[in-house]
Amino acid sequence: MAGTVTEPARTDPARIRNFCIIAHIDHGKSTLADRMLEVTGIVEGRNMRAQYLDRMDIERERGITIKAQNVRLPWRTAPDTDDAGIVLHMIDTPGHVDFTYEVSRSLAACEGAVLLVDAAQGIEAQTLANLYLALENDLTIIPVLNKIDLPAAQPEKFAEEIAHIIGCEPDDVLRVSGKTGVGVPELLDEIVAKIPAPTGDADGPARALIFDSVYDIYRGVITYVRVVDGRISGREKIKMMSNGVTHELLEIGVISPDPKPVESLGVGEVGYFITGVKDVRQSRVGDTVTLQHKAAAESLGGYRDPKPMVYSGLYPIDGSEYPLLREALDKLLLNDAALVYEPETSAALGFGFRVGFLGLLHLEIVRERLERESGLSLISTAPNVVYRVVMEDGTELVVTNPSDWPHGKMEKIFEPIVKATLIAPSDYTGAIMELCQGRRGALTGMDYLSESRVELRYTLPLGEIIFDFFDALKSRTRGYASLDYQEAGEQESQLVKVDILLQGEAVDAFSAIVHKDKAYAYGVMMAGKLRELIPRQQFEVPIQAAIGARVIARETIRAIRKDVLAKCYGGDISRKRKLLEKQKEGKKRMKMVGRVEVPQEAFVAALSNAEPSKK
Amino acid sequence: MSTHLPLLPAPEPPPPDSRPGPSWLPASAREQLATTPFGLYVHVPFCATRCGYCDFNTYTSDELGPGASRSEYADTAISELRMAAHVLGPDLPTVQTVFVGGGTPTLLPAADLAAVLAEVRDLFPVAADVEVTTEANPESVTPASLARLREAGFTRLSLGMQSAVEHVLAVLDRRHTPGRPAQAAAEARAAGFEHVNLDLIYGAPGETDADWDASLDAVLAAPVDHVSAYALIVEDGTRLARQIARGEHAMPDDDVLADRYERADRRLNAAGLGWYEVSNWATGRAARCRHNELYWAGGNWWGVGPGAHSHVGGLRWWNVKHPAAYADRLLQGYSPEHDRELLDGDQRAMERVMLGLRLRDGLPLEHLSDAGRVRAAELVHERLLEATPWSRGRAVLTARGRLLADAVVRDLTD
Repeated sequence: MAGTVTEPARTDPARIRNFCIIAHIDHGKSTLADRMLEVTGIVEGRNMRAQYLDRMDIERERGITIKAQNVRLPWRTAPDTDDAGIVLHMIDTPGHVDFTYEVSRSLAACEGAVLLVDAAQGIEAQTLANLYLALENDLTIIPVLNKIDLPAAQPEKFAEEIAHIIGCEPDDVLRVSGKTGVGVPELLDEIVAKIPAPTGDADGPARALIFDSVYDIYRGVITYVRVVDGRISGREKIKMMSNGVTHELLEIGVISPDPKPVESLGVGEVGYFITGVKDVRQSRVGDTVTLQHKAAAESLGGYRDPKPMVYSGLYPIDGSEYPLLREALDKLLLNDAALVYEPETSAALGFGFRVGFLGLLHLEIVRERLERESGLSLISTAPNVVYRVVMEDGTELVVTNPSDWPHGKMEKIFEPIVKATLIAPSDYTGAIMELCQGRRGALTGMDYLSESRVELRYTLPLGEIIFDFFDALKSRTRGYASLDYQEAGEQESQLVKVDILLQGEAVDAFSAIVHKDKAYAYGVMMAGKLRELIPRQQFEVPIQAAIGARVIARETIRAIRKDVLAKCYGGDISRKRKLLEKQKEGKKRMKMVGRVEVPQEAFVAALSNAEPSKK
Repeated sequence: MSTHLPLLPAPEPPPPDSRPGPSWLPASAREQLATTPFGLYVHVPFCATRCGYCDFNTYTSDELGPGASRSEYADTAISELRMAAHVLGPDLPTVQTVFVGGGTPTLLPAADLAAVLAEVRDLFPVAADVEVTTEANPESVTPASLARLREAGFTRLSLGMQSAVEHVLAVLDRRHTPGRPAQAAAEARAAGFEHVNLDLIYGAPGETDADWDASLDAVLAAPVDHVSAYALIVEDGTRLARQIARGEHAMPDDDVLADRYERADRRLNAAGLGWYEVSNWATGRAARCRHNELYWAGGNWWGVGPGAHSHVGGLRWWNVKHPAAYADRLLQGYSPEHDRELLDGDQRAMERVMLGLRLRDGLPLEHLSDAGRVRAAELVHERLLEATPWSRGRAVLTARGRLLADAVVRDLTD
C-alpha cells in the first residue's frame, strides 16, 4: 500500500484529532483559525486572506460564522519531532444562539474543543452555553486565552475565571495570540496530546454524521460529514437514515483548505461528499449517512427537524417586486434547511411572505441576503413567536401570525419559553434583574464567576426576547453583558392580541400578541408613533389600540386645515402645475387604509424599533 | 397661409447658452388668438431694498449694465413689446388688461411708465374699457406721481401694504409707516383712480391674532374696492428662510394661517368685499382684477421683462432671469426667451381644473373626467365644494375647500 499513513482514506484513527473552537463572536476564532492554516503550512502566508474559512460576504463583514466550516490540517506527532504524522480536523462552529442545534451537531463530530476566550473580555454567555453543550457531549476541553498581545489583556484574572468554570488549574489555560501567532504551535501540540483519537468500528456498517450542508450553484449541495463507523467510498450509493432516501455519490473528498477528491473516508475522518441534489433539505444537518447495500441498523441519533422559533412577514417595499422576492426566497431555500415560508397578504403592505426563522439573527441574515443577493428592498413586520391556543371547546391551534389569532373563547394560551444565561460585570446585576423582571423573567440561579463577574440564569418568554431585548440589555449594561438562551418548552400565559385601528380599521401589519399587562404600553407606544408618522388628512383620523372591541389607547391626527398655495408666482403657472404633479406622484405611493393615506415610510418607520422622526 | 413668422434677422449666431426664441408660435397656439382674452404683463425688476421674505426677480442696484439700468429699462421693455407685436401679428389681439408689476414699478419715473403704456397703445389695438394696473409701494408714490399715472391711462393701483402693525412690517423689512398705505390709497382715489387694492400678508413671525385684526381694520377703513391677502410663504433661499433655519424666527404654523384666512374672509365679506379668487376679495364684479382673472381663466398674456412668464394658447414660455442678460438679448435682436413648454391635452385639462377651481365662478363640471365628477359629488358631501353651484353644474370651493384647494385639485384630477 503506497502513501503515508496520513493520506486521506487510509489514516489510522489513532493519528486523527477532531476538534472545534468555542468562542464568542469577536474573541478571535477566525483569526486563530487563519493562523492554524499558516502554521500547519497548508496556506502560504502570501495566499492568506483574513477569515479564510468564512465563505459568505456577510460572514466576513460581520465577523461571524454562520455556516460550519472544516479543514484538514497535517501536524507533527510531538513538539520535538518533524514527523507530520497527525491529521487535525478543525470544525469551525456557527457562533450564535440561533444556530444552537447546528453547533451541537458540530460538537458531536469532535472529541475535543478549544475554549477560546478573549484575554481582555473574559468568558461570555454564549461561550458558556456552548461550553456546557460540549461538556454534555463529553468533549475534552482545552482552555485558551486569546489576544494576549493586547495591552488591556488580563490573562491572570480570566485564567482564574476559566479555571473556576471548568474545574482546572489557572496554569492549565494556554495563552495565544491569533494576531501574532504566539502560542499557536503549542496549542496544536496540546490538542494532539490531550484530545482523544476517534474510535469506531472500522469493519461495521458505515455511519457518518452530517454536521453541515451547503448549496453551491455550480456543484449542488455539498455535505460535510464525520465518519463514525465503517468506510464511505465514492463508488457506492449512500442512504439518508432519517428518510431512507438514497443518492449516488458523485464525489467524496477532504478540505485542505480547498476541496480535494479522495477515494473514501474511514473511521474518524472528516470530509465532504456531493450527490447532485439541489436542495439542502435532502441532506440535512444531524442526519446519519450509511451505505445502501450494507446499511446500518441504527442511526447515530440526535437528528431533528429544524423548528422555526420566530415568524415575521416580509414584504417588498415596491409591490411589483413580489415575484422577485418569491424567486429570491426559493433560491435561499436551497441553502437554508431551516427556512420556511408561505405567501401572505396584508391589507396594509400588499403581497408578501410569512417567514419562519430560527431566531432574530437568522431573520436578519435572511433579510440581508435577500436584499443583497437579489437587490430587493424589504419591510419586515414585528417578529412574533409560535403560540399554542386551546379553545374552550377543546380544539387546539398553533398561531404563527397575529392575523390568525382566534376570536372565540380561549381556554388556555401557551407561549415558548427559554432558559437564558446572562453574564456581566456584577455592577450591572441590578440593571439586568430589572430588565428581566420587566420582561416577565423568573430568576432560576445566580453565580459569581469571579469577584467582579456574575452569571444570571433566567426563564424568559421567547416573545419578550425577540422584541428589542438585546438592545435594551446592551444599553443598560453599556455593552458589557452577554446573553445566551435555549428553548425550554412552553408556559401558559395571559396573552392578548392588540390591534391598531386607523379610523376604525385594523392595520394588520401593526397587530401584536402581548401579555395582557403590556397591552396598554404597546398600544400607547404604537398609537403615538403613528400619530407622528402619518401626515394630517382632510379629516380627523382617530388611532386606536384595541383588544377585541375594547379600546385601550387613543390618539388623534387632527384634520389638515391648509393645503393651498396662496400666490400664483407672477403668472408662473408651470411651477404650480409641476408642484401639483409632484404631489400627485407622492399620493400614488401612499398605501390606503380605508380612506387614510399612509406613506410607505410610515410603515417602515413604525415597524422599526427606532424612534419616529419628527415631522 | 404660413404661420411661421421669422423673428428679426440675427446679426450673429446666438450665444451658446441661449435657446432659440419664440421665433414663431405653433399653429395650435395661434388658433384661438382672436377669441381669447389677451393681456400684457410688464415686469419692473427694481426695488429700493429687498424684503427678507421676497423671492421675486428683483434687484436693488440701479446700474445693472447696458439696457438694464433703471434709466434705460423702459426702452428695453419697449423693444420686447415691439417684438411681441411682431410675433403675434399681423392680426393682433385686442389688449384687455395691462399689469405692471415688480419689483417696485413706481421706482421708475411716472413718465417712463407712461411711455411704456403709450407704446402699447401704438402697437396694439386696445379695448375701450382696458384695465391698466400698476403695483406700487406706499412710500414710492406721491399725489403728483399718481396724477401723472392716471393721466397716462392707468386705471388701477395695487399697493403693497402687508400689515398695519409696526413690528410685523419690521419682520417683513417693509419701510413704510403703518398709516401710509391707507393714505396712499386715499391719494390714489383723489387722483382719479377708480380701483385701488391693498395687499396683505398674514402669518409673519410674531404676528398675533390682534395684529391681524388691526391690519384688517386698517384695510376696511381705507377707500379701496379690492383686497388681496396672502399667507406668508417661506421660500428657499430667502433671508427669512435663513433666519428661521437659525431659529431667529418661528416657521408660520399652518393652523394659524388657516385661522387668519378664515378671519379675513369673514370680516371682508361682512364689509361687502366678497371673495372671487382664493386670495382676492372685491366689492363687486367690476372691482375684480381682470388681469388676475386672465391668469386663472386660461387667457393669453405676453409677459415683458426679465423672468416674465407668458402664455399663448397652451404655449408657456419664460424669459431669462437676469436683467443684464435680458437686455443683452434684446439689444442684439434675439428673443429673451429662456425656455418654453407646449402643454399637451392632459396638462391643459389639469391646469384648467387647477386654475378654474380658485375662482368664485368655479369650474364647469364637464371639465372634469368621469372619475373627477364622481369625486366632486363626494367632495360636496365632505363640504369642500358648495352644494348649490354643484347642482347647477359647477364646482365651487367652500371656505374650508379654499384652504384645501390643492388637495381638492389632486382629488379631482386623479
